[in-house]
Amino acid sequence: MSAATAPRVAIVDSGCANVASVAYAFERLRAEVVVTDQASVIESASHVVLPGVGTAQAFMANLRAADLTECVRRLRRPCLGICLGMQLMFGESEEGNTQALGLFPGRVKKLPGGRGITVPHMGWNQLAFDPAASALLEGVTPSDYAYFVHSYYVPASDLAVATTTHGVEITAVVSRDNFYGCQFHPERSAGTGATVLRNFLELS
Amino acid sequence: MLAKRIIPCLDVRDGVVVKGVRFRDHQVVGDIVELARRYRDEGCDELVFYDITASSEQRMVSRDWVENVARILDVPFCVAGGIRSVEDASAVLQRGAEKISINSPALERPGLVSDLADRFGTQCVVVGIDSMVEDGALRVYQYTGDAEKSAWSGRDTLEWAREAVRRGAGEIVLNCMNRDGVKRGYDIEQLTAMREAVDVPLIASGGAGELHHFRDVFTHARVDGALAASVFHRQEIHVNELKRYLSECGIEVRP
Repeated sequence: MSAATAPRVAIVDSGCANVASVAYAFERLRAEVVVTDQASVIESASHVVLPGVGTAQAFMANLRAADLTECVRRLRRPCLGICLGMQLMFGESEEGNTQALGLFPGRVKKLPGGRGITVPHMGWNQLAFDPAASALLEGVTPSDYAYFVHSYYVPASDLAVATTTHGVEITAVVSRDNFYGCQFHPERSAGTGATVLRNFLELS
Repeated sequence: MLAKRIIPCLDVRDGVVVKGVRFRDHQVVGDIVELARRYRDEGCDELVFYDITASSEQRMVSRDWVENVARILDVPFCVAGGIRSVEDASAVLQRGAEKISINSPALERPGLVSDLADRFGTQCVVVGIDSMVEDGALRVYQYTGDAEKSAWSGRDTLEWAREAVRRGAGEIVLNCMNRDGVKRGYDIEQLTAMREAVDVPLIASGGAGELHHFRDVFTHARVDGALAASVFHRQEIHVNELKRYLSECGIEVRP
């Protein structure tokens, strides 16, 4: 990527902690990064990221307080939701019965857990997908490991372009139009994560 | 299926990585960022940084190195040491740590676990437990970073773990103090009891010396991760070599 076309990534500041690791991951890929809660900055970025640490209630409340829900819904540039950020692209979440952004149909549910299945789902798990399922996964091989940390999940459906299994089948990657989501943390998924983020930066 | 995690632990004191035997006589083993980079390149699944002086000296972990580590690491890391409030935790998480681990402050005020879980989600909140086998009981010790102050907290290990999980701990690190630094293997019996007691991810700590110690703790105690320090710092075991060995033993690890 030449300097002249270096992507400008806007990370939406949800008021929740830990957008730093996402910012550093994009900086390692030589992208220009801004963390913002200003609609004008988000709208002028080449790529937008909804990061994901915190609770669904707090995240949506902060987005509403900053008047950002419509701004995000109207985006036409590539937009990537990570972890909670991906979950809130769906219609609603069981976590605090929260109305989410509704970019994808579906409901975020609590992970059921069970014998030998710990909740949170925390650690490195394998991705299952059909090769060439999404531009986001180019260069990633099915059965590659990615780092997951979450207690709520989106059940696998036709919308999922990659899944992982932890007692239940979980949507790991989702995409439709310009909206993309990863349940795992690409910024903490070593080489696999860097590949996903590089693919995202190459979308226009 | 979730891969078993290999977690080098870097005990930090005054901005450098140190290691002592049985929590005492600390020696400097290296620079924080240099060691973090080496473990990243060897394929560690996660790193834990413990500021072992922080709780007992009542000061917050110095935060600058957290940011330096976050800039170079592309695997998760957890910061422990002297996190006494939501504000302390927020400062560490904002610098790029994935998780915060609390130990003595949670014993002083168990409500801290719930406060952190409410604010950041349970997946961010690790409770570290320093456990000593004494008189046939499992006892939680506190202020273990300081030989002068290290003492029984009055709590039972399994009871405390259950309470921590009820309050919102998303992971338990069980450090078996009798085994720490002596390299005779993890305390399988104690870890198995803990595995039965809690449903959240469980990380074994204390006692790793040989490759087969890791195999045994994953096979018999069914822990989610194994933490070790000196065998990695002294390069007696390399993370990549350990993972190849575990894979040959039929244990799922990330290549």
